[in-house]
Amino acid sequence: MKDNAHSIKEPLMRVVKKAELGYTKTALLSLLGLAIAIAAGGAFILIIGHNPTDIYWSILQGAWRSKLAASGTIKIAIPLLIASLGITPAFKMKFWNIGAEGQIIMGGIFATYFALFWAHLPHYLLLLVMFLAGMLGGGLWGLLPAYFKTKFGTNETLFTLMLNYIALYMIKYLTEGPWRDPSSSGFPKIASFDKNARLDLIFGVHAGWLIALILTLVMFIYLKYSKQGYEISVVGESVNTARYAGMNVKKIVMRTMFISGAICGMAGMIQVSGAAHTLGDGVAGGVGFTAIIVAWLARLNPLIILIVTMFFAILEKGSSVMQSSYGLSQSVSSILQGIILFTILGMDFFTRYRIVFRKVRKKL
Amino acid sequence: MIINFLFAAIKAGCPLLFGTTGEIMTEKSGNLNLGVEGMMFMGAFVSFYTAYKTDSLALALLAAFGTGVLAAMIYALLTVSLMANQNVTGLALSIFGAGYAKFFGESMISKAGGSPKLSESFIKSISEQPLPLLGDIPVLGKLLFSHNPLVYISIIIAVICTIYMSRTRAGLNMRAVGESAAAADAAGINVYAVKYIHICLGGGICALGGAYLSLINGGGIWNNSNVVNGQGWIAVALVIFAAWNPAKAIFGSLVFGAFSVLQFYVPRNIIELPNAFYVMLPFLITTLILIITSMKKTKKGVQPAGCGINYFREER
Repeated sequence: MKDNAHSIKEPLMRVVKKAELGYTKTALLSLLGLAIAIAAGGAFILIIGHNPTDIYWSILQGAWRSKLAASGTIKIAIPLLIASLGITPAFKMKFWNIGAEGQIIMGGIFATYFALFWAHLPHYLLLLVMFLAGMLGGGLWGLLPAYFKTKFGTNETLFTLMLNYIALYMIKYLTEGPWRDPSSSGFPKIASFDKNARLDLIFGVHAGWLIALILTLVMFIYLKYSKQGYEISVVGESVNTARYAGMNVKKIVMRTMFISGAICGMAGMIQVSGAAHTLGDGVAGGVGFTAIIVAWLARLNPLIILIVTMFFAILEKGSSVMQSSYGLSQSVSSILQGIILFTILGMDFFTRYRIVFRKVRKKL
Repeated sequence: MIINFLFAAIKAGCPLLFGTTGEIMTEKSGNLNLGVEGMMFMGAFVSFYTAYKTDSLALALLAAFGTGVLAAMIYALLTVSLMANQNVTGLALSIFGAGYAKFFGESMISKAGGSPKLSESFIKSISEQPLPLLGDIPVLGKLLFSHNPLVYISIIIAVICTIYMSRTRAGLNMRAVGESAAAADAAGINVYAVKYIHICLGGGICALGGAYLSLINGGGIWNNSNVVNGQGWIAVALVIFAAWNPAKAIFGSLVFGAFSVLQFYVPRNIIELPNAFYVMLPFLITTLILIITSMKKTKKGVQPAGCGINYFREER
């Protein structure tokens, strides 16, 4: 019972929350994180015995090496961008919508119905109908978990995850059953769309890119300057605050999830009408999951989402030259994506927290 | 016929049981790891490669387990220590794991100059063989005691986990952390250690499911296109179906396995349902369970309260 009684046991280090950083500081730290992430990816390339700068350079070039490759890169980016934008309002509300995949599929299914059975409509009317149908399909698929969340508190992460599979098997059902193309022998598939039901090309790529860019701006303005966007932020920060302020939280959650799902559904419509010209079970193909990562890395800022999407699309498309140039599997892009994501997710810690080390105490 | 059907159901359910048990361990300690698919992919590749090189089942399984632990360690480091969003980190792990398996799988194929094949003796060691004595019992012998060794391992692990969770002090501590990390911390439990240990253990068990898929289902040949094929996600669903209880997961994986093979066994002349219906049914049932438990507001058999929330000591 000497001086031991007075000295408090203090851990070697502890984590303290930082005050909100300014815009430039956050941006700088994010860029630093990205640089470290790319370096970490480079370390992996080095380990498998290649030169990182060479590989990165060929990925960058590979994505734009020809007109065809460039349009391929943009085609990868379009659904990813739209789905990321769709997820953003939900995540901003802290509603963990893992169901973009299913919402994309439902959008695709609804749009396909009109493409298959109403193909005689005038071209632009048909496209408009398909567009709205896609949004309705995705929106309803997003509304469903929101309804149960607000009514009974049903866990939305798990619910939306399940809905992905139900949607996926709905495609399987339609492909093998009612919508099966009777003229195709062998493996069941849905017929290719009539020319009338396909999105027009603008500068060699289907019009989806223009829609996606417009949507980016609209979403930016919606979240930042509209009353509804403000409500989303408040609900995301604190449901109770929103309630005390007199907001109708249930209505906001359901409305936002409808919008979130509808935008993802739009991505589905654009995929079937612009890219695949048919409905197959690869219509979403993991885009709904990647979109979550994109939206999160971009800190739910639509303009940054555009940049991150391009980064991912270039990585994915550019990696397709890996096989011919280096004899590496194309899957190197997934590994690099993973490493870069892990690093950025880890680095994000330092923008929000700092570590305090135990001070050396002077003996009295 | 019925015995054949149930036998096939057990076989199909076994990889799911590994994944589900692993994910239950993870979620019970308060972390929702959506990277099951990725960890299974990694386990699938590493176990296949080890079996291919060493011909040893024990080493293959150990390697898969170890890889799962390491993969889950990345997740634990990011979510527990660095407090990254759990959903996003898990998804990143899924992407990474699939890429890892496909990338190294392809380089294994190009090195072998064709599809690498496991040796005859190894395939024999994992083949279905009736156990001595027990296997001779009529009906039950075929149904329960004539499986490949991994089936028994999966059930043993699930049973051990059940006992561990409900009957031991360490298991109780783990559940306490999962329900309320702050309360557990106040009670003197080392929250971070508990989380790390169970996330890693869970990851290792999930990876064994991947080993099952590549060693048993692959028929001795590496399938680079899609060895796991969504089974990891189904395991996440099964956790709900099993009400976060590994013992129920044994039954649940049997049910899910049964639905996945049902379409091959239903007599077509009696019931004519689209194939998609059978595979969709488990997800429909899971969704209904999710809704019903939330409507009843029960505290039993629901997701641990702290699941998905990162614990930050100074914010409680």
